[in-house]
Amino acid sequence: MVRTIVPIGPYHPLQEEPEFFSLTVDGERVVDIDVHLGYNHRGIEKLSEMKTFDMSTFVVERICGICSTSHPFAFTQAVEDIFPMEVPERAKYIRTIIAEGERVHSHLLWLGLAGHFLGYNTVFMWAWKLREEILDVMEILSGNRNNYAMFRPGGVRRDIKADDIPIVLKKIDSILPTLDMLRKAVMDDPVLHARTKGIGVLSREDAIRYGALGPTARASGIARDLRKDCAYAAYDQVEWDMIVCQNGDVFDKLVVRVLETFESVKILKQCLTRLPPGEIDAKIKSIPSGEGIGHIEAPRGECFHYVRSDGTNRAVRHKIRAPTFMNLPTYKATVVGQTISDATIILAGIDPCYCCTERLAVRNLKGTQLYSGEDLVRLSQEKTQRLRKEMGVE
Amino acid sequence: MADGNEALMTREAVLKDLREKLGGDILSLVEKSPKRIYVDIKPDAIRKWVLYLHKDLGARFNIASGVDMREHMEILYHFTLEEINVVISLRVRLEKSHLSIDSVTPQLEAANWIEREIHELLGIEFKGHPDMRRLLLPDNWPKDVYPLRQDYKEWDPEAIRDRGV
Repeated sequence: MVRTIVPIGPYHPLQEEPEFFSLTVDGERVVDIDVHLGYNHRGIEKLSEMKTFDMSTFVVERICGICSTSHPFAFTQAVEDIFPMEVPERAKYIRTIIAEGERVHSHLLWLGLAGHFLGYNTVFMWAWKLREEILDVMEILSGNRNNYAMFRPGGVRRDIKADDIPIVLKKIDSILPTLDMLRKAVMDDPVLHARTKGIGVLSREDAIRYGALGPTARASGIARDLRKDCAYAAYDQVEWDMIVCQNGDVFDKLVVRVLETFESVKILKQCLTRLPPGEIDAKIKSIPSGEGIGHIEAPRGECFHYVRSDGTNRAVRHKIRAPTFMNLPTYKATVVGQTISDATIILAGIDPCYCCTERLAVRNLKGTQLYSGEDLVRLSQEKTQRLRKEMGVE
Repeated sequence: MADGNEALMTREAVLKDLREKLGGDILSLVEKSPKRIYVDIKPDAIRKWVLYLHKDLGARFNIASGVDMREHMEILYHFTLEEINVVISLRVRLEKSHLSIDSVTPQLEAANWIEREIHELLGIEFKGHPDMRRLLLPDNWPKDVYPLRQDYKEWDPEAIRDRGV
């Protein structure tokens, strides 16, 4: 028997981020797997110890461009847990709205990527086009398409204007038909069924053993969702259903995410229509010594922050646990025994988020920067214009 | 949660059970708020406790966080009991002269990576861990330099491989 090691990464065209997977294969079958982390470790826990509580919300927002609300959300809850305090109702609703908007765009992003990994670029394009719409909504609400900067310990930084709400509601209603079309296209496609059903099964026992979270666990029949179980913000005041599937394969993870998007839209609409009047910030003066835990349901699973304060304006210790930290080890339980061509979609099934997207810059050999992002866009557009001229389609 | 434990699943019942079953190991038990319980325990008993919470109570292991308190080190093992919306944090206190504790990975796979992380960032030894390789730091990171300790000097040229500036 000849065993071969197939390396994926650390820099691999499929992945936006550096991560090294070494798959041991016997023919086409994966028999073992080892994961190497840390290629992009940025020491944010250490960095947060040097920042004030107010600055740390911005630091943790930059852990990930996709979960850019989840981390500040969990962090502010951890700070608020240090001492007894009450967040104003209106702030709770605004937090819920931002978090659910993020879940919609995150699940759509994942759906697009999953389609891309399977060779379904149509799904990729439809999902990402739809995601643009929800990003527009987020821009109206927060002023940013990502990294919303809405959170602060004690409340939110920015109010939602009454004039914006009808516009946003109309926009959300307008994406529903496309979302439904996408759901049908994904869930009834025979080729997609063939590629994802029974593939990369995470059993209920393994999910518990590895401490799997979020959609990964819910696809394996574990009905755990912090929004229901440990209701925070305004989640206990809106009606929605927890999506749970039983098989634990890639298809079920797909179904959980697609159906959850509809539930998020439901929550969004309820929160926007019921937004109570009042203050948006409890105006915390100082933070006493003590410790606090904040955990919330991010799109990928539970996001966990632990903050220790000694009464100064900085945290003594700030422990951050992103969902992927618990979900990625389950890759070992799901990929062993599968064929190598399914390895990527099984990995994608947990919606991995290693850290954050890198920025592009072209450098010449001496190390000085040659082109910036704007230059590249300009060059690309110039080429289109040149081609149009050559082809005579002016 | 574990089947057949429904009767246990109120906050009072859990607290009573904690005190009765493992009373000798408890140094103190603080009910900080309706949702948070902090339990200080003897370091020797960590395996027993983690197994109890994970297997008997069906709690989900969130994460462990190591804290350098200058005079001593602490590790907090956070568990969530979703059924009653409570986070139970087990706290062990380790003296700086003896930074070593039993690994819980053989019993609880979910603790594997975090124990490796605490080992390399804070320098706490986990006895009986099956795979104590580095998780985050580069391979050529100097030995016995722990970046999350309070006495870590970022500007120490010995401690840093490549500052890039």
